[in-house]
Amino acid sequence: MMSLGIGSLGLVAIISMFMGAVVTLQTAANLSNPLLPAYLIGYATRESFLLEMAPTVMSLILAGKIGSNIASEIGTMRITEQIDALEIMGINSASYLIFPKIVAALCFIPIIVIYSMCLGILGGFIVAMYSSGMTIEDYITGLRYDFKVFSIIYAMIKTVFFAFVITSVPSYHGYYTRGGALEIGRSSTKSVVYSSIVILIINYVLTQLLLL
Amino acid sequence: MIEVKNINKSFGDKQILHDISVDFKQGEINLIIGASGSGKSVLTKCIVGLHEVDNGSIEYDGRDFTKMNFKARKTIRKEIGMLFQGSALFDSLTVEENVKFPLEMYSQKSEEEILDRVNFCLQRVDLVNINHLYPAELSGGMQKRVGIARAIALNPSYLFCDEPNSGLDPRTGIVIDNLIQEITQEYNITTIAVTHDMNSVMETGENINFIYKGKNWWNGNKEDVLKTDNEELNDFVYSSKIMQKFRNL
Repeated sequence: MMSLGIGSLGLVAIISMFMGAVVTLQTAANLSNPLLPAYLIGYATRESFLLEMAPTVMSLILAGKIGSNIASEIGTMRITEQIDALEIMGINSASYLIFPKIVAALCFIPIIVIYSMCLGILGGFIVAMYSSGMTIEDYITGLRYDFKVFSIIYAMIKTVFFAFVITSVPSYHGYYTRGGALEIGRSSTKSVVYSSIVILIINYVLTQLLLL
Repeated sequence: MIEVKNINKSFGDKQILHDISVDFKQGEINLIIGASGSGKSVLTKCIVGLHEVDNGSIEYDGRDFTKMNFKARKTIRKEIGMLFQGSALFDSLTVEENVKFPLEMYSQKSEEEILDRVNFCLQRVDLVNINHLYPAELSGGMQKRVGIARAIALNPSYLFCDEPNSGLDPRTGIVIDNLIQEITQEYNITTIAVTHDMNSVMETGENINFIYKGKNWWNGNKEDVLKTDNEELNDFVYSSKIMQKFRNL
């Protein structure tokens, strides 16, 4: 839980705040038409963070950070015979090593995603405070405009699937590592690439199923 | 006693073990020797069930391990201790937690009794006051001794040692060999050690099995090994300059 979740909070905070700020700035810069209300900036920031930035982009980032960590940890255990030691003791090594990681990710990654949503919106809020192109009132109005609880549910459903991918794909690559240090690196890279691709495919499928 | 009868093992098209039959005696150190790639590690992994054999049987005191399912094998695995080539200590756990690990998995003892057993095992391998160190903080010899302490924690009936003194200086290697020998005799266990180190063979070889190209090529003890006229075994035994000098004496 510690390495999967709490260790990622700093990175997620920095990325979310800056992404929230940039999304707000870019939306403001592109809404130059006076017919479009200014509150759309807050609305766009909220929608992009709730629907995509927090669940999908953060999961891709976590797939890199947590995924490579899991693959290299389990891969090292494989090549240093620690997994064999577990098997000799009659322990189902796959279940013993992988299951707790999946459970921890399923519990903690949704919390990280909610945390990312809050910080992304906060990043946009800070930009609204100091930017001349919009007011805080407009930004808050936009945040509250046409809010649907289903957006959060949709994000959480996606996150649960992504959390499973973030832990299971690297665990698989780590568990079946053969050889030495070079192969651990390869497993780690493969796990990040494959989990990212799987996340993107699942994202497309779930969006199609849940939103349309 | 462990009886291996007519086992074969292939990986894809490549056959590694050819119809191997061998008996490993209780209360003795049974050595499996051979050159790198001869199949000795595969043989050991087959015996402990890390690899499935293609055919043949492996009997632990009359119990056929090859016919058992995962659950039934668990009862035998509780009786097995194994010292790995690289010690295979869990690097996220301290020395104490490593030795405690099998006890917490299988024994019904209280926390206090488990701790007593951990300290007893560590003292038995001459390690004191290192309970809270991590494996990375130990020397190679100390890691091997912690590995032995973990292997004997559950009072095993069978002890497997894969290259027990590889990576160690000759002196520490002898200490480890002697320790394994003492433990084998003290607890009357069936010990199987894989090695290609002739020092180890001469120190501990009571029942030596020479594996050559996946076949059980020769069997004898440490006195026989020096007198044999088996060409392949002589090539292996006298491959080092020290042994060649010894032979010419």
